[in-house]
Amino acid sequence: MTVTPPTVAAETPQRATRRFRTTKGRETWAGLAMMAPAGILLVLFLIIPVILAFTLSFTNARLISPNPPRFVGLDNFVRAFTADGVFVQSVWNTFLFALVVVPVQAGLGLLLAVLVNRRMRGVTAFRVIFFIPVVTSIVVVSILWRFLYQPNGLINSMIDTITFGAWSGMDWLNNPQTALGAIIVLSIWQAVGFHMIIWLAGLQTIPEELYEAAKMDGAGPWRQFVSVTWPGLRPTMVFVLVTITIAALGLFVQIDVMTQGGPVNSTSTIVYYAVRKGYEQQEIGYAAAISLIFFVAVLIIALIQRRLTREKD
Amino acid sequence: MTDTRNRPDTGARGRAAASARFSTDASEKRRRRTGKFFLYAAMSVFAMIFLFPLVFMFVSSLKPDAQILQDIDSPMAFLPVGDISLDNYFGVFDRVPVAQFLFNSVLVTVLTVGLGLIVNSMAGFALSRLAWRGRFVVLAIIIATLIVPFETIAVPMVYWVAQLPTLVIEGGVLKYDFGWLNTYEVQIVPFIANAFSIFLFTQYFSTIPKSLDEAARIDGAGWFTIYRRIIVPLSGPAFATVAILTFLPAWNQYLWPLMVVQREELRPVMVGMQYFFQLNTAWGEVMAYTSLITLPVLIVFLVFQRAFVSSIAASGVKG
Repeated sequence: MTVTPPTVAAETPQRATRRFRTTKGRETWAGLAMMAPAGILLVLFLIIPVILAFTLSFTNARLISPNPPRFVGLDNFVRAFTADGVFVQSVWNTFLFALVVVPVQAGLGLLLAVLVNRRMRGVTAFRVIFFIPVVTSIVVVSILWRFLYQPNGLINSMIDTITFGAWSGMDWLNNPQTALGAIIVLSIWQAVGFHMIIWLAGLQTIPEELYEAAKMDGAGPWRQFVSVTWPGLRPTMVFVLVTITIAALGLFVQIDVMTQGGPVNSTSTIVYYAVRKGYEQQEIGYAAAISLIFFVAVLIIALIQRRLTREKD
Repeated sequence: MTDTRNRPDTGARGRAAASARFSTDASEKRRRRTGKFFLYAAMSVFAMIFLFPLVFMFVSSLKPDAQILQDIDSPMAFLPVGDISLDNYFGVFDRVPVAQFLFNSVLVTVLTVGLGLIVNSMAGFALSRLAWRGRFVVLAIIIATLIVPFETIAVPMVYWVAQLPTLVIEGGVLKYDFGWLNTYEVQIVPFIANAFSIFLFTQYFSTIPKSLDEAARIDGAGWFTIYRRIIVPLSGPAFATVAILTFLPAWNQYLWPLMVVQREELRPVMVGMQYFFQLNTAWGEVMAYTSLITLPVLIVFLVFQRAFVSSIAASGVKG
């Protein structure tokens, strides 16, 4: 078969199909070309690291080492759950943190959203104020609150004033009983505004007529909330719960800046421990195994939440 | 915001109506007013809870250490009174190269966000408006990767980037070497492509009528021209949303540069601050540093407040 130049091809009887074919070919080519930069970057910095995390977790790889990584099977996973008390403690701390932060932050965010979801003078200013901690870096927030939590710091002096000196305060971050709680408080304070905005967006999708109809039927504010607002917020709720849970499980910066996992590992978390093992102690293989355990936990929880919140529909 | 419907005094007609059913209206009005009072009271309490640490930070950054500790026991802690000066700020600049840290953070943020807008919007265009085989598979993979938290790949990624080839200039000769640690590119390149940004662009672009593409194609426009001349100009809100959602994490990056950047002259502000914080506990200076890197973001936020809020809202509605 001879190769015909395009100009000649255009004059042959099959020109319609030919043109179609070339147009389609060009579209495929354009699509691939425009997908390529993002595609290559995602493969390099997302897909390959995910595969690496998976494969390294079965080896004894070290960050800088003269010996090549050796396959060790499930050793890292066995070690994590049976021979590493700090890891188990970190898992426990992480879940405890999420268990408190998820409902409190979601609930408080909803309360704030309901408060500011009305047309009133100055309401925009309040929305902006509630959102300010979200745009403040968590590193800044952690350093700032570390200062507030000092034994002679602002938090203790405020408690002292409010209780008229009945309560003398404590060293919040250096007490294993209170350190995690102190970090929970500042974490909620920092991120609750973000979820307020998400709830607010959800609230505004509920049609005004529904409230008017409810009022006609004599429903008070609480009845309106239970019968109109809450059912209308179901899709928003799924999103809020999943994002807070994943964010809460990833707790790292606050720990790194405020307590370094102490006192006596009472604030060590899964991610903090993985970074400490993998980066500071260079045990990449073991850290990859911890990361993989973390990822599986995130996945399971996200799936459970999806299912639980869907079932009732 | 003002809402005229809720104003108690609605002019002559309102007054006439009010006097017609005086008794019920007066009690209703009183009830509504107390309701409003409690709302404002509740919102004000929350506002104080959200603001007090930041007010304390800005105010303390202006005071000498001794006075900060002295003022803590009184409301003076929140007032810029006493020995006020910018000495702490000068102290910060003397002690660490803050200007360099700021430059690094601005450079990394601008490049990550800017290149991200181009790369991710092109991918979104390819996925939403071009018919090519395999695009549904690609889109499904991209959506699936949204569940991968960065924390889970951070450590393997250090191992990975430490082996990537890079070009270096050594004694005037361009050579290639291995290892991306301690570079600018390691802080930028891995974060350009972003699955969530691609997803948002894909969603937004698919709402633009396809007939526009067809018309442009009849006029002889190529696909890239359609992207650049038709889709991009019509997608301002999508670009603003992605820019805002990628700006904050890029500026606030901490875990990643902590691991891959040890050279002081390449550090971004957040990591620079952590080192600064460790070598020095003069709280006044620490508060000056934190104020210094918080103020620019706060100003950007207050100026573009409306866009910020709608971007965050857009990210949630889709979920």
